[in-house]
Amino acid sequence: MTAWFGLVARDLALARRNAGDTLAAVAFFLLACGLFPFAVGPDPMVLARIAAGVVWVAALLAALLPLDRLVGGDYEDGTLDQLLVSGLHPAAVAVAKAAVHWLATGVPILLAAPFGAVMLALPVRAIPVLVAALALGTAVLSLLGIAGAALTLGARRGGVLLPLLILPLTIPVLIFGAAAVEAASVGLAVGPQLAMLGALLAAALPLAPLAAGIALRSAVE
Amino acid sequence: MQQKSGTAVLEARDLAGERGGRLVFAGVSFKLARGEALVLLGANGAGKTSLLRVLAGLGRVAEGVLSWEGENVAEDLLAHAARIALLGHLDALKPQLTVFETLRYEARIRGGSVDEAIAAVGLEPLAEAPVRILSAGQRRRVALARLLLGNHPLWLLDEPTVALDAAGVATLGRIVAAHRARGGMVVASSHLDLPIENARTLRLAA
Repeated sequence: MTAWFGLVARDLALARRNAGDTLAAVAFFLLACGLFPFAVGPDPMVLARIAAGVVWVAALLAALLPLDRLVGGDYEDGTLDQLLVSGLHPAAVAVAKAAVHWLATGVPILLAAPFGAVMLALPVRAIPVLVAALALGTAVLSLLGIAGAALTLGARRGGVLLPLLILPLTIPVLIFGAAAVEAASVGLAVGPQLAMLGALLAAALPLAPLAAGIALRSAVE
Repeated sequence: MQQKSGTAVLEARDLAGERGGRLVFAGVSFKLARGEALVLLGANGAGKTSLLRVLAGLGRVAEGVLSWEGENVAEDLLAHAARIALLGHLDALKPQLTVFETLRYEARIRGGSVDEAIAAVGLEPLAEAPVRILSAGQRRRVALARLLLGNHPLWLLDEPTVALDAAGVATLGRIVAAHRARGGMVVASSHLDLPIENARTLRLAA
């Protein structure tokens, strides 16, 4: 466990030194949200209608941005070899990478989400639910992301391949995440949608790291 | 590491390895006991690096058996990983971290004393320098320091003298000798003479 926290601490320190990656993801998220009023017009009724979906799609796309560097750098500079002979299980390495991605990209996007939502005239009472749903949804994305990043290691144009691999898998997250926010904005109960997001996270938590661990091992072979 | 020397710990029988679907070496057999060193020789492309990666549990074993104290390594790669310190072609360093930070995080992952490791490779004056500004030889020394963290019985060294100056090569000789004196084993590949005494050699045919 000490070893695992050591790995997380190192990658968080690296994320702090590469803060530009986090800023780029947050800026992308806010810009993507901000573009919609220009495209569909400033009518608050229209914007409020699409706000939940737009914030969700923008958040997922923004969280994808730093994914290809998640293990790509480690693969290229030999760090991945060292991690695989460190005695840590490859799946544990994958969980650590997903955790760092969530902390360094998911959480900043969560913090920016209320601003994106306000720009799109989302009812204020839906914002707490939006943040809660995004917290679960971005965690699922981090887990799927590490699996995708590990699978595309060493592939030519891995950066293009990665979203093609991951985005279809995020559709269930998107459906229940946007549904939760819409329900909250019209004052309906959001328990079932959040529970479904939790269930998706519970399913991704063991499966994605196992797949990622196997992919990491085969990438270095 | 208290076991008496002379009995083979690491044993390869008719080992063959492939890379990218191509057989790069075959029929490799050797035994290694505590305190022993094995130097891999061979032309470029003879499979020295591939063999080292197989010994580390990273490469794919095409044929044959690699065993540790009689047990097949492939059955428990995780246990095998804990026995290994690997010095690869790449130094596996992050330019944004300082030398001390690099080794402190490594020590949290593997155990061991950072200060001793830094002192052993003569990097004290550069401990607070970011890896970004180090020369290739200094980076190699940081990678050497990583070997000293966490008391691994088997060191796998891929061209360890690359980029090292004369003093660096002497340092390498010193830490390898100390490792073997503690009962550690070393498998190293090189084109040049390595500062490793009484090493057996294994020539890989291209």
